[in-house]
Amino acid sequence: MIDWFKYSSPKTFYPIAGKAIPWFAAIATVLAVAGMYVGFFMAPTDAQQGEGYRIIFLHVPVSWMSMFIYVIMAFWAAIGLIFNSRLSGMMASALAPTGAIFTFLSLWTGALWGKPMWGIWWVWDARLTSELILLFLYLGFMALQSAIDDVRRADKAGAVLALVGVVNIPVIYFSVQWWNTLHQGASVSLTRAPSMATIMLVGMLLMALAAWMYTAAISLMRVRCLILEREHHAAWIHELKEIKQ
Amino acid sequence: MLEVINLGCLRGERLLFQDINFRLEPGESLVVTGENGSGKTSLLRMLVGLTPLFSGSIQWKSRPIDQMVGEYRRELLYCGHPLALKDGLTAVENLHSIAALAGETVSLTAVHDALDQCGLNACAPMPVRALSQGQKRRVHLAKLLLLKRSLWVLDEPLTALDVNASRHIVQAIDQHLRSGGIAVLTTHHGLPLAFTPQTIRVGA
Amino acid sequence: MNDSLGLYACCRIAQRDLKLAMRRKSDAATPLLFFVIVATLFPLGIGTEADTLRTIAPGVLWVAALLATMLSLPKLFEDDYADGTLEQLALSSAPLSAFVVGKIAAHWLLTGLPVAVLAPLLALQFHLPSSSLLVLSATLMIGTPVLGLIGAIGASLTLGIRGGGILLALLVLPLYVPVLIFGTGAVDAAAAGLGATANLSLLGAMLVIGFFFAPWAITAALRIALE
Repeated sequence: MIDWFKYSSPKTFYPIAGKAIPWFAAIATVLAVAGMYVGFFMAPTDAQQGEGYRIIFLHVPVSWMSMFIYVIMAFWAAIGLIFNSRLSGMMASALAPTGAIFTFLSLWTGALWGKPMWGIWWVWDARLTSELILLFLYLGFMALQSAIDDVRRADKAGAVLALVGVVNIPVIYFSVQWWNTLHQGASVSLTRAPSMATIMLVGMLLMALAAWMYTAAISLMRVRCLILEREHHAAWIHELKEIKQ
Repeated sequence: MLEVINLGCLRGERLLFQDINFRLEPGESLVVTGENGSGKTSLLRMLVGLTPLFSGSIQWKSRPIDQMVGEYRRELLYCGHPLALKDGLTAVENLHSIAALAGETVSLTAVHDALDQCGLNACAPMPVRALSQGQKRRVHLAKLLLLKRSLWVLDEPLTALDVNASRHIVQAIDQHLRSGGIAVLTTHHGLPLAFTPQTIRVGA
Repeated sequence: MNDSLGLYACCRIAQRDLKLAMRRKSDAATPLLFFVIVATLFPLGIGTEADTLRTIAPGVLWVAALLATMLSLPKLFEDDYADGTLEQLALSSAPLSAFVVGKIAAHWLLTGLPVAVLAPLLALQFHLPSSSLLVLSATLMIGTPVLGLIGAIGASLTLGIRGGGILLALLVLPLYVPVLIFGTGAVDAAAAGLGATANLSLLGAMLVIGFFFAPWAITAALRIALE
């Protein structure tokens, strides 16, 4: 039976995370190369959209990840609140910037897709609009945490906000969907991607997994930095070889 | 009845104090001393349940306070640094409101009596913003006479009070202890209580 | 006195807040003046073409109501936090959520309700047909309490933080989007003859859910701020 509480101590977690990071990074690279190969070379040219549609292999995975990371962030925030665990709070804070970056990438790849296809930089389509709001949710979370000086209060306040956000995301998505069907002709829509050949789905899944592994690696790196910052008064920190140098 | 075991406090990233232990029976009091910033207020706030404990436990009538929150709060009276008075209300309205929000119905006569005992009869109908700092403090402390609670937690109760007012407060605390109450206080001044209190020093 | 549900506490705090607001009437009126001014800015900025105004009216009035609510939110808990009343409420035997609901109710009576009443009058400037005026008012009647509940979450999270007002806006505006969409959607649907019931019921559902869940988040955030 794994003693989870042992791993919730920053002191035990730090070296484990350190060993895991290179593995996640390596797997991420391999998956990304495989995914891009499938997406750019193996998947067939689309009848309607030509080669330009291939940006979907970036756009869809980062969109999925942007939402997935928010849920994971909210999960760790909840654990931190319930069990009063410092490490869980740090994990949530570490995930936020990556989530925000993926959301931004989703918006940017959406724009890059739209321009050659329909000649416009922005479409008020349901998914892009929801992504935009999701970006604000991430930025709000990060702004709140950086505005509060006391670290414990910042973690807990952020956690409450993340939980409120995660409950609201379905509501926001549903309302934006509904709004979109009213105001937008259905002709211009990024959600109506070309019909999925299996190979395309494989490509997107590979890229999504690559993004997931990348997230794991980079978040663990951030958590280690946060641990160093926050636990700097603890004796075990001074024994680390990074610090001794 | 109030027992504190191995209490520790973490503020920001500093460990303010640890291994604080004491036990108070009815009629006993505790004075907490220490430098500014040493954690006296934090200790009091942990006692009342506002600040979470870093380590240790607090027990009231032999039960941990987090298992009986409602009951504990009904027996507790906390007078912190901020005065908890609304500037826009009169002294009478403030005390009446404080009692109602604390869950007790008190008559206006009782409010006037309490203000009278603190020598604030003249100030009673005035909005609090028109009172001096010392008068505001006395209104703040008047609630000790108005609400009947067994545990008093007072953070520097004698601040801004003149000699007469200080003496009244000390007498009120004595009376409270004599009738079986418990008091925990911090103070920078000397506190000539009738029955010698326990003392604890926090910080280095 | 047994007030385990907190109804008595809720009424008492609402009474207290209303009494305090009445003694500072100018402070209470500011959000309403803001609402009127913002709504007036749009015709000045966009032009007075009747059809344009009619189209943008629901959106403009809703956004103005939203901004006016947000302007008044930082004060919801700040005064009590600063003078120490909030921690006394947290130590009361009555549940803190009862006090929270009472304060939000008082805030709505001072801000949300007047906005909902004023909006149809302003809508006349936008040439909104009279059939839509009632719907507009109804959406604001139901929607402004939701704005207050959600906004109070933001207010409690940003309590005592420097630059809290703007941060509150950043936190709360994304969460306001569904309310805005259904509020304006109701008026548009009514104007198009489709009936506003669907949107109004969704707003009503948000109110009910918000009423039960927001106080949890608000009390958690308040206790975190008081630590």
